[in-house]
Amino acid sequence: MTGRFRRLAETGRPEVRFTVDGQPISALAGDTLMVAMLTAGSALRDSEFGEGRRAGFCLMAACQDCWVWTAAGERLRACSTEISEGLSILTTQPEASWPNVG
Amino acid sequence: MAERRIIVIGAGPAGVRAAEALVAGGVRPLVIDEGRRDGGQIYRRQPDGFKRSYTALYGTEAARAEAVHQTFDRLRQAIDYEPETLVWNISEGAVWTSYAGEARAVPYDALIVCSGATDRLVPIKGWNRAGCYSLGGAQIALKAQACAIGHRVAFLGTGPLLYLVAHQYAKAGADVAAVLDTSPLRGRMAAAAKLAAQPDLLWTGAKLTFDHWRRGIPVLTGVTPTEIHGDDDDGVSGISVATWGGTIRRFDCDAVGMGWHLRPETQIADLARCRFAFDAPTRQWLPETDADGRTSAERIYLAGDGARILGARCAEVTGELAALAALADLGLADKADRRRELTAQKSRYRRFAEGLAQAFPWPHDLAARVADETIVCRCESVTAATLRASIVDSGATETNRAKAFSRVGMGRCQGRYCGNAAAEIVAAARGETVEAAGRLRGQAPVKPIGISTARRNS
Repeated sequence: MTGRFRRLAETGRPEVRFTVDGQPISALAGDTLMVAMLTAGSALRDSEFGEGRRAGFCLMAACQDCWVWTAAGERLRACSTEISEGLSILTTQPEASWPNVG
Repeated sequence: MAERRIIVIGAGPAGVRAAEALVAGGVRPLVIDEGRRDGGQIYRRQPDGFKRSYTALYGTEAARAEAVHQTFDRLRQAIDYEPETLVWNISEGAVWTSYAGEARAVPYDALIVCSGATDRLVPIKGWNRAGCYSLGGAQIALKAQACAIGHRVAFLGTGPLLYLVAHQYAKAGADVAAVLDTSPLRGRMAAAAKLAAQPDLLWTGAKLTFDHWRRGIPVLTGVTPTEIHGDDDDGVSGISVATWGGTIRRFDCDAVGMGWHLRPETQIADLARCRFAFDAPTRQWLPETDADGRTSAERIYLAGDGARILGARCAEVTGELAALAALADLGLADKADRRRELTAQKSRYRRFAEGLAQAFPWPHDLAARVADETIVCRCESVTAATLRASIVDSGATETNRAKAFSRVGMGRCQGRYCGNAAAEIVAAARGETVEAAGRLRGQAPVKPIGISTARRNS
């Protein structure tokens, strides 16, 4: 799968470049980090509890399923963070403090 | 007299109308909102640079959305406004906020909580897979980002939002695999008299259903979902339901938008020690309020869907009403006639909401009978079997004890998405009513905040 999300309109916005686990990705200005990542890929992170990939759930900052990290270790909620040029995202926690099972 | 501090939490339709009434009453309120911009979830504003019209975004509610946005724009000089700010506790007469890693305690003379709602979910086998989203989430993807949650999307659940979101997707050019409603049609007939309290919404609902048929989108009512198919790496690949007649039907899709109405966000009311009462028609515990929105806790008022799910139109009514009650109680203004007018409007919305609960019931049996291997808690992948064992083997007698044993409700969403179903599972395992199973107590912080969040001494 390439992108999980499908853009239906508003595609005339300026391009923004960022990286996910070192891979260069391009998105559109005004995208949330979640949309930027899921129009290019199929998931945001692995479940820490051992049953596969996760791609968010509520999109309204309530479920906390869309956590990703910056290289500096800052945790971001992808659904409520706006994409910015040059952002460097990791899909695994730099210093894991949750139990990574499986 | 010293300036009275009235705080409004939330900038959706209830919060905006509350702020407007406070300003009209001579007060400069502080509006604290978690969103980047006003509008709440229902009237969420699209980011700068997006060009779709109000009609394209909000359909039949375009004029209402625009009016709420314009009201807030006009109010900006007359209020204090803290966006992107989380309220994570209420303690000792102060609201505890977090903004950009800094915590602050703000005392209040009156507090109007307009905390909104999230989707109400039933765990379905496979709902933990990538590609499953709440119905509200599916709508936000479209409204705020012009995206569909997948290339072929099935919608599952019940209630007006199910039909509305499917319609919005189809209209925007998304591929809709099916609309799968767990409510049987006969409930809608029985509820028609109550639904007639808002004839235009009843008519809109009928038109949406007809529109799906016209587009050739399968609409199935009275279904029992059996499984969301897929695998751990690629996520969703299909959904199966048992039809009203008992046949299994499978629909291929790479995304599922699911939800069974909404549930109020009541954690803040809980932390403010508001008394709760069991609401039998919706089978959940809700904070008690009087007709104006006063709670059992002093100087705390509730409005909008955060108090009870009465919809966005009514949120404007209850927001204004709560503000007028606060002004009257503080001796600042008393618009008794306007309050009577608003409470009469609220009664009509309440009748409509009762009709919706009857027409599109919460499928409590489906929740209670969730298969043992099904994940109930998406946060920590805890199964129904583990939750049942906390009752049967460990002797938990209600949901908070079951949470301590099983961790269902303890994950990062803090029970928002499993709590309603967990109560049904606990009740069934104990052979008791869901009322007796109790409700998950709200805990501070109401959402995760960094351990490094520092108190700002100002």
